[in-house]
Amino acid sequence: MADPHKEKSDDLRQRDRRNIAIALGLTAFIILVFAVTILRLGASVADRPF
Amino acid sequence: MNDAAKPVTERIAGPEDYFDLLKPRVMSLVVFTAFVGMAAAPGDVNLALAAISLLAIAVGAGASGALNMWWDADIDAVMTRTAKRPIPTGLVPRGEAAAFGGFLAALSVALLALASNYVAAGLLAFTIFFYAVIYSMWLKRATPQNIVIGGAAGALPPVVGWAAITGTTPIEPWILFAIIFLWTPPHFWALALFKQGDYERAGVPMMPNVKGAASTKKQIFIYAVLVAAVGVAPFFVGMTGPAYLAVSIGLGGYFVFGAWRLLKADDNDYGPAKRLFAFSIFYLFALFAAIPVERFAGLHG
Repeated sequence: MADPHKEKSDDLRQRDRRNIAIALGLTAFIILVFAVTILRLGASVADRPF
Repeated sequence: MNDAAKPVTERIAGPEDYFDLLKPRVMSLVVFTAFVGMAAAPGDVNLALAAISLLAIAVGAGASGALNMWWDADIDAVMTRTAKRPIPTGLVPRGEAAAFGGFLAALSVALLALASNYVAAGLLAFTIFFYAVIYSMWLKRATPQNIVIGGAAGALPPVVGWAAITGTTPIEPWILFAIIFLWTPPHFWALALFKQGDYERAGVPMMPNVKGAASTKKQIFIYAVLVAAVGVAPFFVGMTGPAYLAVSIGLGGYFVFGAWRLLKADDNDYGPAKRLFAFSIFYLFALFAAIPVERFAGLHG
C-alpha cells in the first residue's frame, strides 16, 4: 500500500476525474477560440485588397 | 450509462454523468441533420471552421438537453424511459444541471458566432431558447400539441448548419426544417401509443392519453402523408438529383404504409406502433443521408 492513490476514496477519485474533465474542456475551448482566430485572420489577410 | 457496481446514491457523479445530461443520442441526431444542412449549402467551405461550427451546434443541442433535464426532473423520475437520468437518480443536483446547461449554451452560441456568423449563432440561441423555454417550460405540460410545436426546435439544426456556411437561410434549408417538423408528431406519437401509461402517470398531455388512440392514429397517418409529400420537395427546388427523388419516394411510401397499418391495427396491438417508431428513425436517417451521399458521389447534376 505504498501508492498513495490506492488509499484515495471512491469519492475523491470521482472528484479528481471531474476536475480533469473540466481542465480538458477549458483547454479545448481555449485552443478552439485560438484556432478560429488564426483561421479567420488568415482568410482575411489572404483577401486583403493590397 | 450509469452502471455502478453499488447503488447510485452511494457514489458521487463523474464526468460521464454530466455528459449524460447532454442527451448524447439526441445530440448525435442534431449533429447529423446539421451536417446535412452544411453539406447541402453552396459555396466554399473551410473544413476546419465548418467542423468547429458543427461542434458548437452539438454543444448547443447538449445544453438544451441539460436545461430540459433540469426543468423536467419531476417528470423524468416517474417515467420508465427517463428514470435512470442523472437528476432522478440523485447523482447530479438540479441546480448544477441548470448551471451546466446555461453555461454550455452561452459558450456554444459564442463559439458559433466566432467560427461562422451571427445569423447561425442567433438561430442556435433561438433553438436552445425554443426547446428549453417554449417546449419544456410551457408547452410540454400544457397541450397535446406540445411535440408538434416543440418539434420546431428539433427541426432547426439543418437551418443552423446551412446558415453557418452561407450566412443566409433561403428556401432549401427550410424544406429540410419542414421534413423534420412534420416527421416529429408521427415519430413521438407512435412512441406515446405504446408508452401511454408512462405519460399518463407523469401527467404529460400526450395525444394518445388526451384524444385517445383512434384519433392519434388518424393524425399520425395525416402527418405521414405530409412528410412523404414534403420529403420529395428537395428534388423540385433543385437541391438534389433523381437518386434522392427515388429514395424519398420509396421511404415516404413505406412511412405512409406503416402509418396505414397502424391505423388499421387493434388498439391493444402495440406491434405496428413499435414498428412505425423504429422505422421513423431509419426514415429520417436514410432520407437525410441520401442528400450528402448523392452529392459526394457526383450523382447530383
